Amino acid sequence: MREYEVIIGLEVHAELKTNSKIFCSCSTEFGGPPNAHICPVCLGLPGTLPVLNKKVVEYAIRAALALNCQIAEFSKFDRKNYYYPDLPKNYQISQYDLPIAYGGYLEIEVNGQKKRIGITRVHMEEDAGKLVHAGGDNLAQANYSLVDYNRTGVPLIEIVSAPDIRSPEEARLYLEKLKAILQYTDVSDCKMEEGSLRCDANISVRPVGAAEFGTKTELKNMNSFRALQKALEYEVERQIEILEEGGRIVQETRMWDERKGITVSMRSKEEAHDYRYFPDPDLVPLVIEREWVEEIRRSLPELPDARRERYIRDLGLPEYDAGVITASKALSDYFDRCLQYTRNAKAVSNWVMGEVLKYLNATGREMDETFPVPPQHLAGLVELIDKGTISSKIAKEVFKEMTETGEAPEVIVERKGLKQITDEKALAAIVEEVLAANPQVVEDYKRGKDRALGFLVGQVMKATRGKANPELVNRLLREKIQ
Amino acid sequence: MLSREQVEHVALLARLELKEEEIEMYRQQLGKILDYIEKLNELDTTNVPPTAHVLPLKNVYREDVVGEHMDPEKVLRNAPDREENYFKVPRIL
Repeated sequence: MREYEVIIGLEVHAELKTNSKIFCSCSTEFGGPPNAHICPVCLGLPGTLPVLNKKVVEYAIRAALALNCQIAEFSKFDRKNYYYPDLPKNYQISQYDLPIAYGGYLEIEVNGQKKRIGITRVHMEEDAGKLVHAGGDNLAQANYSLVDYNRTGVPLIEIVSAPDIRSPEEARLYLEKLKAILQYTDVSDCKMEEGSLRCDANISVRPVGAAEFGTKTELKNMNSFRALQKALEYEVERQIEILEEGGRIVQETRMWDERKGITVSMRSKEEAHDYRYFPDPDLVPLVIEREWVEEIRRSLPELPDARRERYIRDLGLPEYDAGVITASKALSDYFDRCLQYTRNAKAVSNWVMGEVLKYLNATGREMDETFPVPPQHLAGLVELIDKGTISSKIAKEVFKEMTETGEAPEVIVERKGLKQITDEKALAAIVEEVLAANPQVVEDYKRGKDRALGFLVGQVMKATRGKANPELVNRLLREKIQ
Repeated sequence: MLSREQVEHVALLARLELKEEEIEMYRQQLGKILDYIEKLNELDTTNVPPTAHVLPLKNVYREDVVGEHMDPEKVLRNAPDREENYFKVPRIL
């Protein structure tokens, strides 16, 4: 088989978290009863006129600057024409040849190597409505469709990458980094499961060394980072197999079927891509003042890459820890707040990557204000361990209790009597008892079976319900046996 | 002149079903319109920037404030078909 090179470009749509829609004053709130957030403008009723939400432009510029883009001096909106019932006007207001921003990049890290992925453009547009396919299990079996226009007119930015991505893994890393940047700049919630972050992929393969790109396909319906990678991996194999058999790739849109783990052609006669873009006469052009751009630039927060660097450089965190924590803004903000109450960054990092993430995964939640352990409590727990008040083993028990009751660690330790026994006399008595009860094990140890000591330590820990200071127990046991 | 295929393509994009004689009629009529518009190409526009809008306006914004919504009942009363508070449309593929 020949060696192939994979070429991927991603088109990502992110809903901006404004209060009102892009061209009318309807609420953008997610959920809610169907067709409750609509008005004559977003329904495209005759005689209405769209008026641009200033916040949308601000957020688009903010995101674009964080993605190292140039902001256009002159920009306009165009109509993208197509018939589909999720679009009440039969056109979508979007941007065609003069997008708000262009020519940026973001950086990913592949096998320890930094790689720059170009961003061709960022443009603003309105979201479409939501279709519910009724009368069958899926689209193909549905008898009719139901339309909810609440989402129609919710502001989106579309971020188009350059065809710089060379593997399904790089695609996932790109999307993860993009999500982090959009969350850090606070322009989008980026919840893939709620559809506020959506990703389409263009993919082609070519024999290594070929000058021309191969024929590409467009993949849709990937609803998670994992799905994106899986769909691309499947598509790479499919395309190579066709080429190896002497076949040709058909340029088409394919839908990822999560359940079956395959991509399926969506090709049909209806899908004649001919959008007949033209400038929207209802909206006047944008001339973006440079002072405004600079003002937004100055207000940009610390971005994921900078924060990661700070964790490594100033806090001495391992690269791995810094990467995991900064991948989520909420988690990283939480981590930062913990450090207002303790200086032991590495210990906090261990807790955040360990028990905190475990708890969030197990409960299917994200880090937010409902997380039951406030930063000062987690920091307090770390301090209790550092001071030797409790052992790290007991600390896990305390943490579990903290997630259930929301109490401070000191309160729980006091109430449940979990203080570590560091009193040598008190422990010595228990050690004597354990030795007396296990003469055979003591013999084994004396005859050089080192593991026997571990058993005895375990017995002491059991007798103290885990509260004994392990180092002290070890020392006492060795002393008594001699 | 416009070709028959071009008329059929435009009709498909506009979701129009045309009868045989209509295809020929639109071929003629649309062709004449295009010929007329073609006159504009006689002008030299080499150094003229494309017009984005005919009005000398720019940067018309509204503030990000939520206002009134329409009563769904009022909206759905005009719908050809509904199910609960959804618009009901033919199956799409």
